[in-house]
Amino acid sequence: MQNIENVSRRGFLKAVGVTSGSFVLGVSLPLSMAKASSNSKDVSHALNFFVSIANDSKVTLVCHRSEMGQGIRTSVPQIIAEELEADWQQVSVIQAKADSKYGSQGTAGSASIRNHFTTIRQIGAVAREMLEQAAANIWKVPLNEVNAKNNFVIHNKTQQKISFGELASHAAKLTPPDSKKVVLKNSADFTLIGKDVKQVDLANIVAGKAQYAQDIQLPNMLIATIVRPPVVGGKVLSFDAKAALKVKGVVDVIALKPRPLPVTTNPLSGVAVLAENTWAALEGRKNLEIEWDLGEKQSHDSKKFTKQLAKQVNQRGDNVATKGDVYAHQYDDDNTVEATYTVPYIHHAPMETPAATAIVTGKKCTIWAGTQNPQWAKSKAAQELGLAKEEQDNIELNVTLMGGAFGRKSKSDFIVEAVELAKASNRPVKVVWSREDDIQHGYYHSVSANYCKAELTPNGSADHWISRNAYPPIGWLWNTEQKTPADSQLALGFGDLPFELNNLSIEKHQVDSFVRPGWVRSVACINNGFALGSFVDELAVKADVSTRKMWLKLLGEDRHVDPSANGFKYSNYNLDLSQHPVDTKRMKSLINLISDKAQVEQKLPVNQGWGISFLRSFGSFVAAATKVEVVNNKVNVLEMHTAVDCGIVVTPDRVKAQMEGAMIFGLSIALMGEISVENGQVQQTNFHDYPVTRMNQVPELHVHLVESDAPPGGIGEPGVPPVIPSITNAIYHASKSRIRDLPVNKVFTV
Amino acid sequence: MIKITLNEKPVTLDVDPAMPLLYALRDELKLTGTKFGCGAGQCGACTVHLNGKAIRSCITPVSAIAEQAITTIEGLADTSGNLGESAVQQAWREHKVPQCGYCQSGQMMSATALLSSIPNPSDEQIIEHMQGNICRCGTYQRIKAAIKTAADNTNKHQTAGNVTSANNSGVEYFNAGQITNNKQGA
Repeated sequence: MQNIENVSRRGFLKAVGVTSGSFVLGVSLPLSMAKASSNSKDVSHALNFFVSIANDSKVTLVCHRSEMGQGIRTSVPQIIAEELEADWQQVSVIQAKADSKYGSQGTAGSASIRNHFTTIRQIGAVAREMLEQAAANIWKVPLNEVNAKNNFVIHNKTQQKISFGELASHAAKLTPPDSKKVVLKNSADFTLIGKDVKQVDLANIVAGKAQYAQDIQLPNMLIATIVRPPVVGGKVLSFDAKAALKVKGVVDVIALKPRPLPVTTNPLSGVAVLAENTWAALEGRKNLEIEWDLGEKQSHDSKKFTKQLAKQVNQRGDNVATKGDVYAHQYDDDNTVEATYTVPYIHHAPMETPAATAIVTGKKCTIWAGTQNPQWAKSKAAQELGLAKEEQDNIELNVTLMGGAFGRKSKSDFIVEAVELAKASNRPVKVVWSREDDIQHGYYHSVSANYCKAELTPNGSADHWISRNAYPPIGWLWNTEQKTPADSQLALGFGDLPFELNNLSIEKHQVDSFVRPGWVRSVACINNGFALGSFVDELAVKADVSTRKMWLKLLGEDRHVDPSANGFKYSNYNLDLSQHPVDTKRMKSLINLISDKAQVEQKLPVNQGWGISFLRSFGSFVAAATKVEVVNNKVNVLEMHTAVDCGIVVTPDRVKAQMEGAMIFGLSIALMGEISVENGQVQQTNFHDYPVTRMNQVPELHVHLVESDAPPGGIGEPGVPPVIPSITNAIYHASKSRIRDLPVNKVFTV
Repeated sequence: MIKITLNEKPVTLDVDPAMPLLYALRDELKLTGTKFGCGAGQCGACTVHLNGKAIRSCITPVSAIAEQAITTIEGLADTSGNLGESAVQQAWREHKVPQCGYCQSGQMMSATALLSSIPNPSDEQIIEHMQGNICRCGTYQRIKAAIKTAADNTNKHQTAGNVTSANNSGVEYFNAGQITNNKQGA
């Protein structure tokens, strides 16, 4: 747990880039000297790194996590304001720069609230107690006689009140209380958490004024477009820049430094055209001639590779978890289901392609980037500039809004490109990826094969369960020898199988890597969730029962499952298992809820079908239901539902929006999502050959939000995994055609 | 030198006539509300109005718009309206349409062009006119709802004479067949 300290206003404002007057309070590690302060004109007072209050009671809160559309710039301040007892109408939000004093800024794994809820509340509660103490001091009454409410502190007996603005300068002189000892509110008393407050960026977005990474404009700035090696690990042998340099507006052509494997999150190298405007850069690029050494990964063919993975998972792999003995068992063929599922490479394709701007002057560097991981990017920039760890603060990294990210912008390759080119060219440089660059040089969700086998039991459930998977592991980015996923990756809908089984074998396989693997929204829950959700449906079909009934039977008694019981080292998405249990009761209740709300067991016209699925991931429980019709070999998606139990909800409408988005994202993956690789080179280039869901493919969407006072789970990712098999299961029930190899458009028009 | 009317003001562009309008807007005029999404007319993020009609600015050279009227998201606001927002912008706020927001300028420009030609569009007409605009966050259901709200509000509050000419044909469509498959991505 981080401790909270006071910081000087100067430090606060410098860190967050605010120059006008406005009390500051901060989370730092570890607790150091606590000091709050006021600005020179005494109009603004810092209670910590996150909270500052002006004499006119205006409250300025820092959002330290990155916005990519999930609404975190509303939700983080909303949680701080709740505990601070601030008036939301008086709150303004500023974005933190990359700085370790904020604690974790890595906005990934749907973690912002599920992993930091208590810490964020403490930030507000510590500041509130300082304001309350200041008022108690003025009134000369005990602290327990006063309460903050709606930007005032009130003396309970006399009902006297003093505004936050009047208290701020006094509070800023106090030592902050121990963050672990401050009293947090009872959830029953929440006035902001669980309410749809005014969204922080909405008005700016609607006015076209919101600023994304690509919108940065600096005097004397060059725009860079980069031709990268067509194959990962490839190198520039030679290039001819003459024709490119003749294009009006082109200023320079620069070869980026070679980057040997492992690729890490470094740039891919290549040749950059730098120009006065984007058009000149693109025209210059057309005129570049480059000879490549494609390197050893040019042998990769994703279609052949997928077949190889499918073959692999039909053989025994390395143990992940074992219970009883599935291999001593004689399977009864009539009651056994065995299936292999494959998912191709999938790409993020955020609407805003990767972009970053940098200025390098000597050892100083200023960066503007849409990044999910500001501190990581900053350290990579420091490394690029040869700065020692203690020199990192020579780098100022400003975090812009991201036009979508979905995991892509956790990786800092495009930011380091900007730093490399800004240094080389001695001018501010904005690197902007074309859509073709984005699609061809991504960090892809790995192509994968999953295998499941189980035998029905007389009581209507199943046993002797085998689950295997095989896919290039993300760890290959840093270690080219890594051939299996880390345990934390195997925890994603695979090693955490929640079923009541006496005999179980979960196994992984050794796999080589060829393109850059990366975290795409929901990560390995995509393929593991697809296999699991499909296989339960296949078991239900075999048993001739509803899919709901099969789920309920497999989940068994109400209990908390311990996935470590069978030898698997389970990390539970970095959540405390006692606070965030693998709770079969909540699972069953979601499966019943989705089945009832969507009426999935209703009689349907011929050619129509419902499909359901479920996955607990990132600390949240989500069930999905989809209705389709299949007519003339075309799949029409008619209706989609998700039901989510994510514990305490901070901003309900944004949870709903994330689930709506998850249905659309799941549709894209299920119906059309495929990156194919031939000769080591990605074949797709833009939205015509890497199609994503468009409005004509979107059915009625329904979201069912479960009220809960359990600790919050994640919301950005958990929606996607159950959606995908709900679609393919629906297709089965409409057409008797089982899709085991994604995407659906290999078989059906979509 | 190419003269255009931009958001009701005269502007002279001294750029390569082949430069797509998108880059003239963003790089030269620093009007960054219009976004780059694909560079190939496939996603609609760059949608602006040419004489009231939606076009894809990423594939429209400035030479093709000389002496004509361009409206961007920055010019969409109805200065007489609430908060200076157009009916479409108000509806977008009411339905909390945006997630990341990046594609929404283009979505609102397409929606505005649609409503100017079809003041009361059916679901089918909305889908037909909006399917060229991609939203990767998946806000489509809210976009549909917002367009209907904007239509209702416009019809309630405006007289027919205030609505832009019904002669324009709304959104120009992306045709996948016309896109050249360019692996270099230039």
